[in-house]
Amino acid sequence: MSVLDVRGVRKQFDDHEVLRGVDLSVNQHEVVVLIGASGSGKSTLLRTINLIERVDDGQILLNGDDITDPGMNADSARSRIGVVFQHFNLFPHLRVIDNITLAAREVHGMSKADATERAMKLLVSLGLGDKARDYPDRLSGGQQQRVAIIRAVLTDPELLLLDEITSALDPQLVGEVLDLVRRLKTDGSTILMATHEMSFAREVADRIVFMQGGRIVEQGTPAQIFDSPQEPETVQFLSRVRH
Amino acid sequence: MSTSTSTPSWRPSELELSRRNVRRRATGRSVLIGIVSTIAFATIVGLLIVNTPGWESVKASFFNFEVGAASVPSILVGLWLNIQVLFISAIGVAIFGTLLAVTRSLRGPVFFPLRAAATIYTDLFRGMPLLIVLYLVGFGLPALDIFPRMPAMFWGTIALILTYSAYVAEVLRAGMEAVHPSQRMAARSLGLSHAKTLRIVVIPQGVRKVVPALMNDFVSMQKDVGLISILGAVDAVRAAQIQVAQSYNFTPYVIAALLFVAMSWPMIRLTDWLTARLAKREQIGGVV
Repeated sequence: MSVLDVRGVRKQFDDHEVLRGVDLSVNQHEVVVLIGASGSGKSTLLRTINLIERVDDGQILLNGDDITDPGMNADSARSRIGVVFQHFNLFPHLRVIDNITLAAREVHGMSKADATERAMKLLVSLGLGDKARDYPDRLSGGQQQRVAIIRAVLTDPELLLLDEITSALDPQLVGEVLDLVRRLKTDGSTILMATHEMSFAREVADRIVFMQGGRIVEQGTPAQIFDSPQEPETVQFLSRVRH
Repeated sequence: MSTSTSTPSWRPSELELSRRNVRRRATGRSVLIGIVSTIAFATIVGLLIVNTPGWESVKASFFNFEVGAASVPSILVGLWLNIQVLFISAIGVAIFGTLLAVTRSLRGPVFFPLRAAATIYTDLFRGMPLLIVLYLVGFGLPALDIFPRMPAMFWGTIALILTYSAYVAEVLRAGMEAVHPSQRMAARSLGLSHAKTLRIVVIPQGVRKVVPALMNDFVSMQKDVGLISILGAVDAVRAAQIQVAQSYNFTPYVIAALLFVAMSWPMIRLTDWLTARLAKREQIGGVV
């Protein structure tokens, strides 16, 4: 059974149809990368999966549970999914360690000592151990984004959503964030990510999904999509991003 | 983070030293002009007042040293009551004001009645003069005969809480709305409930944004506690009134006024200092 099962999802803002019937599934330990131009619906798809946007039609199943069912507790569904945003969205009034352990303590009922121990282990292994007591604004963008990733994965979410997590970073800081994503893949995380980093997508993805105009145009292994794309839209998009 | 207060690690150049010299001389000149004009202004105003036809009688009835000194102890006793009322009211306002602000920011049709009630409440109590609230609460509520007999200071405290909560709720709501929606989104994405998101993420950040405005309301409340005297509570104002009636001299009012100023002065300075500090941080060291 797949971790995530998106079935015929539609989303409309006013007159604009952003998602026009998207079907997508993500299997356990799989890394699926969404590519496509801005406005193709990648971010909106991630937002509907995290229940930040309500779908206008279709279904989203998380390990078999229909999280678009009105009877479903949205908070508990969200707590099973980790999300990292383009602009980090750390809480500026909380120290790094409190940012990371907040959900563990307040949502998952973990004791403060346990949560802190887990968080420190991760921070130290990423060379951020000395930043635990700092406030987020003292950290570089790359450090902040890595803290945001630790915050999202601390409670072992069933699915991790990464929404263009390197787009707001200076080029020399992108590497450290991508290293962490590689590590998450090695550790067996199930990841659905949207990105503009094509070479990274090619390297890390088990499957590439190309979206345009709110639809999935084509999907396949990185080799299939990047080396022998079948659809004319895919060919056109790839020729544009390669220049 | 100001650069002017930190010690530089280099020896300033001749150019910089000469610039500083010019600035120092300009500053010295400005300060001198300021002092001279202040003294001149104060002298003129002082002379004008002293030469008014009624000054001698005003001096005798408002600035009588013996009467003033004699009234200080009883006014201080009264002021202690004001301070107690202020302390309890501030706590009450913090709790009730926050509840109102949260109620007004609830979303969804289910909460419409609550939201509407909170809106009507804040509109009503921001519009009504505190004096009238004091009369209605202080004389109206006890007359219902359902409450045990309570001292005047109790009803005065209730009236202050009712009025100031309406103001503070609006300030808090403005602060909460100034917190960027992405913060709320991040919190909800972690699985935090609406209530926990408010308590842990939105309210702490919102309060920070409106600290100067909240402190201003507190300063304003520090003097409005004097109004509870109209309910018969023997506070500083009432104590002064009694002294005035006994001595046929208005000096105790002046004494009470000075004591109120002395009480609120630290808070006023603190508010100013904090506002300036926040402004400085936001301008990140600019000179304009």
